[in-house]
Amino acid sequence: MKARVHIMLKTGVLDPQGEAVRHALGSLGFGGVEGVRQGKVIELDLTETDPKKAEAEVTAMCDALLANTVIERYEVELL
Amino acid sequence: MKAAVLVFPGSNCDRDLAVAFRQAGFQVEMVWHKETSLPNGIDIVGVPGGFSFGDYLRCGAIAARSPIVSALKSHVEKGGYAIGICNGFQVLLETGLLPGALMRNAGLKFICRTVDLEVVTAKSDFTRGYNAGTTVAYPVAHHDGNYQATDDIRKALKGEDRIAFRYTEGINGSVDNIAGILSENRRVLGLMPHPERAAELTLGLTDGEAMFRTLAGAAVDA
Repeated sequence: MKARVHIMLKTGVLDPQGEAVRHALGSLGFGGVEGVRQGKVIELDLTETDPKKAEAEVTAMCDALLANTVIERYEVELL
Repeated sequence: MKAAVLVFPGSNCDRDLAVAFRQAGFQVEMVWHKETSLPNGIDIVGVPGGFSFGDYLRCGAIAARSPIVSALKSHVEKGGYAIGICNGFQVLLETGLLPGALMRNAGLKFICRTVDLEVVTAKSDFTRGYNAGTTVAYPVAHHDGNYQATDDIRKALKGEDRIAFRYTEGINGSVDNIAGILSENRRVLGLMPHPERAAELTLGLTDGEAMFRTLAGAAVDA
């Protein structure tokens, strides 16, 4: 089974890269962008077939390595 | 007095750090990241600068989960000294041995130059060779040195006198211009600037030498 992890900076954490993207969009003439937040997506191929177990496993992976929960939040999506 | 310098794929300040330790009188052992234990009798562990594991995932994230870092954690739990410089600071934050996080510089540029730092506290074996409030010059070379922490952590760092160094002017967006912090027991220091690149006259800067000298003294007393 496949899982997809979405990692974003927590609300309130300044995202300098997102800000730079917003400015670049502005300079291309896209004026209506009020904010840009940049995150990452990680796709995992798992041997686990039980969705509940898979979700628990991926959550543990997020806490141990994939996300830095000091500044980031994550969501696990099973595919 | 013995120092261990950890080496990860992508470390590039490991030998500079070893030279600075040796000049201060330390016997130095280089320790590869796959080792599961530190050599006997290590007083201080140095986590060097560089780009460990190519900065993949997050700066220092993969290095912080390598086998040798478990040994580093137990060394610190037993009251051993540790210093993390630049990427080494990122590794110490990723392990949770120090609080907070380092993010992309607010100006998005890689900053490579000598900066002035205020020594905020002299109450540690890293900073005892300086007077609190004085200014020292160390080089910085980083893209992700923007120190961020929650209000609670900032209060604790201030209240417990654990901010070791501050940039005299904001360079990378760090909260309170923090450049380096101490652990609760004041035996772990993490900082973005490079004292090991400012530890001999040949390099043009000598302000970092005092840090290694006082550490050597502390290791003798310990």
